[in-house]
Amino acid sequence: MSTQDLTGPGLRLDHLPRRKRVNRTMEGLAWLAAAIAIAILGVVVYSVGQRGWSELNLNLITKQPINFSLTNAPQGLSNAFAGTIVIVGIAMLMALPAGILVAVYVNEFAPAPIRSVITLVIDVLAGVPAIVIGIFVFVLLVVGSGQSGLKGSFSLAILMLPFVARTTIEVLALVPNALREASLALGVPRWRTTLSIVLPRAIGGILTGTVLAVARVAGETAPLLFTSSVVGVQTDWNPAHALQTIPVAIFELSESPDPKDHARAWAAGFVLLIFILFASLTARWLATRNARKLAGR
Amino acid sequence: MSITIEPTVRVETRRQPIPPRERLEPIFEVEGLDAIYGAKAAIKDVSMEVYKNLVTAIIGPSGCGKSTYIRCFNRMNDLIPTFRQTGTIRYHGQDICASNIDPVAVRRNIGMVFQRPNPFPKSIYDNVAWGCRVLGMKEDLDARVERALTQAALWDEVKDRLKASGLSLSGGQQQRLCIARAIAVEPDVVLMDEPASALDPIATQAIEQLMHQLKSQYTFVIVTHNMQQAARVADMTAFFSISQGGEGERYGELIEYDATEKIFTAPSDKRTEDYVTGRFG
Ligand SMILES: Nc1ncnc2c1ncn2[C@@H]1O[C@H](COP(=O)(O)OP(=O)(O)O)[C@@H](O)[C@H]1O
Ligand SMILES: [Mg+2]
Repeated sequence: MSTQDLTGPGLRLDHLPRRKRVNRTMEGLAWLAAAIAIAILGVVVYSVGQRGWSELNLNLITKQPINFSLTNAPQGLSNAFAGTIVIVGIAMLMALPAGILVAVYVNEFAPAPIRSVITLVIDVLAGVPAIVIGIFVFVLLVVGSGQSGLKGSFSLAILMLPFVARTTIEVLALVPNALREASLALGVPRWRTTLSIVLPRAIGGILTGTVLAVARVAGETAPLLFTSSVVGVQTDWNPAHALQTIPVAIFELSESPDPKDHARAWAAGFVLLIFILFASLTARWLATRNARKLAGR
Repeated sequence: MSITIEPTVRVETRRQPIPPRERLEPIFEVEGLDAIYGAKAAIKDVSMEVYKNLVTAIIGPSGCGKSTYIRCFNRMNDLIPTFRQTGTIRYHGQDICASNIDPVAVRRNIGMVFQRPNPFPKSIYDNVAWGCRVLGMKEDLDARVERALTQAALWDEVKDRLKASGLSLSGGQQQRLCIARAIAVEPDVVLMDEPASALDPIATQAIEQLMHQLKSQYTFVIVTHNMQQAARVADMTAFFSISQGGEGERYGELIEYDATEKIFTAPSDKRTEDYVTGRFG
């Protein structure tokens, strides 16, 4: 597509060709970067899927693993899928209310100095490596009393908390002050205004942040090695027991001599990858749907 | 509708005369009020009384502190961290800024309509009903909503789509919805900060009629920079202007407060006269 340049007496055309060139170069670079990102994702998904293809079937999620299997009996990683669902689900139930409360306090009630201190703490917490959280929970809760899914959930919840709090603070800040004023001017108390006017308006953004946080921690391995990794092959839904999880299972299977175990690890990784992809798309969808609803359409 | 451009403000004559001052009941008594943002005073030393069941207009050039002032009446400025005020505002004889007074209780009695319509992202019905429900006025809610919407001259336009979003209405309708929301909870005073600044003439007229009809039940304080509007709706008018202090400091000041008739036809201050005759914008 080419555009006709404006010409005529008195028109300012200084540096026009150069600006056009710069513009085209920048556009090209941005396009290239985007293409590289997509290509990397494509290669990862493809190679993981391809290596796990032989084990990518229903048995993967319905059958338990078999220790030292000498036969060709079908096996899977149902224990790891159950454990991940339980541990991540409970982690979400812990982190969501805590993160929202922190964010509500920071954005709606805290005086400015306290607000900046807490924001800083949240940022630092978001940067703490997962393995440090893992060893912290290990020393605090596991030493002496043993591992459990609940302790794994707790460590994942610590990882999720700053993400949920951060995104919630961001969306709460986007809620127009005019809405708070409208409610307060009716003589509605502050807490009620927050609960019934501010939070519902921000809920889409909060959900988006939560889904992304879940997607992030679902693949965390280090904290779970400390808190929920000494496990059997039974499919177990009880969070009081140590539960197998997908990332820990992948880690263990990768050290096995049996190539079939490797394939199963790749297959489990593929499922995790697809889950994260799906979660991100859901978050995206929630965000746009919410934006549309807020615009009154 | 024909449009006529009036060279000067004509004060409406069909307005009922205000009773003599001694028969008026003051609802607010403002004394020596200073309103300050950070280190900068927005208004200084304002003293006046607002009378019950009258419409009081606050006029003056942009930036003279009209919004700041009207927001003092229901402690809306509490939400601004840098804000502080000195002096007193007594409401039915009680200092509304006293430490034992709950701002929520103040706002419960003194409602507010803002310059830009701010309906909740809820249905038309819930925009009006929500406040009533929260404040415990739950009996006959449908009738209450209908009454408020009727008083706000909106009922006929929305009665068939009460479930539609409040945000789907036009700007003028949204503002009337906000008025309905404010009066549905039966406050004692309704504060309006330039309620018609974003409205077309027909919606403006609807709001003015509403004030005429409802002033026997409520006390209205309205900020406007439209002098015709003040002349049409207000019984009393307060004129604010920007004054220069030492060191180039600029702050808003109450210049003159009197019956609207007097302010527009025989102002006693030269600055008021310049403003109402349009020599100063
Ligand atoms: N939130 C605020 N923080 C600091 N200064 C403010 C704030 N709101 C208003 N002001 C200042 O106070 C003065 C009066 O403003 P305002 O009350 O909005 O005037 P008006 O409504 O008459 O146009 C202006 O100088 C304005 O800049
Ligand atoms: Mg204003």
